[in-house]
Amino acid sequence: MEPARDRIEIQVGIADYKIAREPGQLITLGLGSCVGVSLYDPALKLGGLLHLMLPDSTQFSNVTRPAKFADLGIPLIIGEMKKQGARLSRLQSKLVGGAQMFSGLDSKMTLNIGRRNSEMARQMLQQYGIPILAEEVGGNRGRTMIFDTSDGRVLIRMLGSKLKVI
Amino acid sequence: MNYRTLSPAELDALQEISNIGVGNAVTSLAQLINQRVEMSVPRACFLPFEEVIALVGGYEELVGCVSLRVLGDAPGMVLFIFSEESTYRLVDMLMGLPPGSTAALDQMAESAVKEVGNVLTGSFISAIGMMTGLKMITTVPLFAFDMLGAVLTSLMVAAGRVEDQVLVIETGMFNHNDAQIKGHFFLLTEPGAIDRLMAALGLGAGQA
Repeated sequence: MEPARDRIEIQVGIADYKIAREPGQLITLGLGSCVGVSLYDPALKLGGLLHLMLPDSTQFSNVTRPAKFADLGIPLIIGEMKKQGARLSRLQSKLVGGAQMFSGLDSKMTLNIGRRNSEMARQMLQQYGIPILAEEVGGNRGRTMIFDTSDGRVLIRMLGSKLKVI
Repeated sequence: MNYRTLSPAELDALQEISNIGVGNAVTSLAQLINQRVEMSVPRACFLPFEEVIALVGGYEELVGCVSLRVLGDAPGMVLFIFSEESTYRLVDMLMGLPPGSTAALDQMAESAVKEVGNVLTGSFISAIGMMTGLKMITTVPLFAFDMLGAVLTSLMVAAGRVEDQVLVIETGMFNHNDAQIKGHFFLLTEPGAIDRLMAALGLGAGQA
């Protein structure tokens, strides 16, 4: 199940996105309440991966990194994919992350941002009519997401668990 | 929005506050477990998020993290991050077990680690409060045992600290007999809180 070593790995930082063609692998490390959104155009074997932190940019007065937010980041990455030749009608998505990492009684801190992130991501993708082929969201575990642009597979790494493919 | 840069005098003050806070915290811990605990001199500075990760380990490194919110005049959040190994040794220490006994976390162990965080943070914050005259209260502790990147980002988001830049950092280590326990201590402040701390110490008044 381990991906081949000769592939090119491109790391996607927090509140950032990257686009790659086959045989590139897009990887984002340690998703907690953040959500990783993959977009794939299978005809071109072109993929994009967004690592978003928050659902809604309208709650903030100055937005410096649109990729931080679901409502801005998703349109942004779709636009970039189109520039690379992707067709909206061919795009398909997978979602990973949106966990609730902390246990405890402080209700302000356990407000489920993870869930709101994945809900907003779904809503945005729906607006564009992009189908979500698979999801691995929620729970209380951190996840690393590896997106293989050669076939659109997404691998999920969790500590102490086997690599999972969606 | 960016943090203003701190003057050397302010950095010194921050370092001094941290020293006193950590000193106080370590004394409390020593009393709790009735054993000698040592600390290394902490470093107080501002670091971008990526450097914080690098300081502790890597994005996917398994860590134990206790966090508490600080309310009052200088609001923010306090984090204690321990490596996997140190988390287990901490549990050994608290439960009075020989070092090496713990190899996984159950509920009991989790609440023991939370309690350490509670004691350390409470005494840290009260030392700062005493010195500055600011009112600072801590909330109940939260705990996570997972990938460092996931833990830190989730906390920053939950704390409303989404400015990808700077945290205020504090690094402390403590050793206990043969069992080395290494912990990193972080203070994430809300905008304005550092200014209020500085002002309370008679520094940095009038700056934006």
